[in-house]
Amino acid sequence: MAALTGLERVSGADTPRPRRAWWRGAVFLLAGIYFLVPLGTAFWYTIHTPGAGVSLSAYGELLTADGFVRSLSLSLGLALATIAVVLLLALPAMLAVRLFAPRLRPVMEVLCTLPLVVPPITFVAGIGTALRGGTDLLAPTPFWATLIAIQDPGFPLVLVLAYVVLVLPFVYRSLDAGLRTMDVRTLVEAARNLGASWPYVLARVIVPNLRSALASASFLTLALVLGEYTVASLLGYQPFAVWIVTVSGSKGQLSVAVSILSLLLIWLLLLAVSTVFGKEKGK
Amino acid sequence: MTASGSKSGSGWGSGSGTGSGSGTPGLSSASVSASASVEFRALRRTFGRTVALDGLDLVIAPGEFVALLGPSGCGKTTALRCVAGFERPDSGAVLVDGKDVTDVPANKRDAGMVFQSYSLFPNMNARDNVAFGLRVRKAPVAVRRAKADELLALVGLPDHADRYPHQLSGGQQQRVALARALALEPRVLLLDEPLSALDAKVRVTLREEIRRLQLSLGITTVFVTHDQEEALSIADRVAVLRDGRLEQVGTPAEVYDRPATPFVAEFVGTMNHLAGQVTGDHVTVLGQLLPVDGPVPADPSVDVLIRPEAVQVVPADDGPSEVLAASFRGASVRLRLAVDGGEVLADVPGHEAARLGPGARVVVRLVERPVLVAARTVTVPAPVIPADAV
Repeated sequence: MAALTGLERVSGADTPRPRRAWWRGAVFLLAGIYFLVPLGTAFWYTIHTPGAGVSLSAYGELLTADGFVRSLSLSLGLALATIAVVLLLALPAMLAVRLFAPRLRPVMEVLCTLPLVVPPITFVAGIGTALRGGTDLLAPTPFWATLIAIQDPGFPLVLVLAYVVLVLPFVYRSLDAGLRTMDVRTLVEAARNLGASWPYVLARVIVPNLRSALASASFLTLALVLGEYTVASLLGYQPFAVWIVTVSGSKGQLSVAVSILSLLLIWLLLLAVSTVFGKEKGK
Repeated sequence: MTASGSKSGSGWGSGSGTGSGSGTPGLSSASVSASASVEFRALRRTFGRTVALDGLDLVIAPGEFVALLGPSGCGKTTALRCVAGFERPDSGAVLVDGKDVTDVPANKRDAGMVFQSYSLFPNMNARDNVAFGLRVRKAPVAVRRAKADELLALVGLPDHADRYPHQLSGGQQQRVALARALALEPRVLLLDEPLSALDAKVRVTLREEIRRLQLSLGITTVFVTHDQEEALSIADRVAVLRDGRLEQVGTPAEVYDRPATPFVAEFVGTMNHLAGQVTGDHVTVLGQLLPVDGPVPADPSVDVLIRPEAVQVVPADDGPSEVLAASFRGASVRLRLAVDGGEVLADVPGHEAARLGPGARVVVRLVERPVLVAARTVTVPAPVIPADAV
């Protein structure tokens, strides 16, 4: 046995060996199975017809399917309009409350998160009643035409208004988290001191520093609007989610193919949004 | 003592990194605008039931460096924000160069401001931060860039133009903020406790550099601070505020040596409160008869306010007083003395302190000069030392 020099690497009990995290792999595997098996089976269902073999014909039918392009473009249009309206509404309001009426913050928080506790079915019943009542009430006034216009099936603005309310809690939370990360008052005052007008302050100072929060708010709005069914269906419009349900009754393979494609589409859109908003300059 | 006409500063970051091997680095003559006077006229501002400013009157001459000094809540920052346009007074007016700017929006005022907290725009690098104001005014890119680089060199950061705020230290960020505030060549510079977030050493360096820069540019500067040492060390005049009112304004020496009120005496520097008995225009304190400076309370039993450096300490084996503690303060040593049941602070030169360790017996004597007196609070009983014992 060689003599000890005192320089040998000590092993055994004194040095904790890194434990092999076998459970990490197990969790990863289970999660993978949980998410991928339904997707895989759904995909298999779309391409395999018993007796006829494997075919991608369901995906081929998509582009020519009646209502596919119309409903998808309607949903995307509604999503973009909702993102624009809710951000233009929420951001200046939140800034104004933060800068000029900080005591109203709790009130604003409650108001913005209120839609979370109102079930969509109740919400849509309220909208329906309001529209019917409004039609009778406004019939003799010039506003009647406006009320009709916002219900145009080509681009129902009433859905945008409803979605703005539905996404408000998520948008509020995202923007609030973003605003908490910076000293809004000081930045605004510094910019004002340097001669900037309010719109300039918003465009050049606030928005660029809220990229992550704006991206997050836009993500959530996009995902919610593309997948929203209850309000649109009960008000009688046919955006993408409603179209999928309609078509699934008659063409099973087609509806599942659409679902898989829409999942891919949403994923790509979210990636695009994160690329546009997510560039943190200098970080 | 005012700064007007003085251009003798050696420039920011002198000696290194200013890009100038000789002479005074600074803004080109075209970029130094004429400084303006600032006047607070009966300024009053309330927040609910809290009175932040209660009829503040103060005139600041062009090119002067005035420190607004006072405890938290005295209204000094509110006064500064009224000049910047971030607060609107309930009554009274702010005049810049004689013109009433009370109703002028913040973005139309001719005053650069440096804030207490780091205020650089996180999405812009140092150069873009400095050039922000010029961009707002739609200055050509080349002009903006040249001006920003010139100012960054002036504040000693010529190599940091491409760095983002999170890549700069606190002191560097405040230097960039100062360069940014100067970019539009304002006639008034407003500094809202710009050093309070920095560590002690950087704070001292930076305040001296701010002063050097202010002297070289001759810009009217209002500096808000609660740190009396900071105010006394760099300002031409110090305005002491209390409860929204001006307590005293004067040169640092005046404010320190001849405080107008007991509050100023207490707030600026350290003060002993010794019991005294007023007789006519003199007061008897520690067995000595000293002339009274300023008003005398109706009650002849008063507190006499004595600076630690005005207390002389002489070692004496049979002295009636005793040294309780001694703390080293660089050039001087501060002694805590037991004087007939009470305690008195005294500052003695370091070389005299060798024989004045804790336990030493001493005789205490006050420097013969007029003293301030105030209504009696808690004090050392007087007289404690018979006049013939000293």
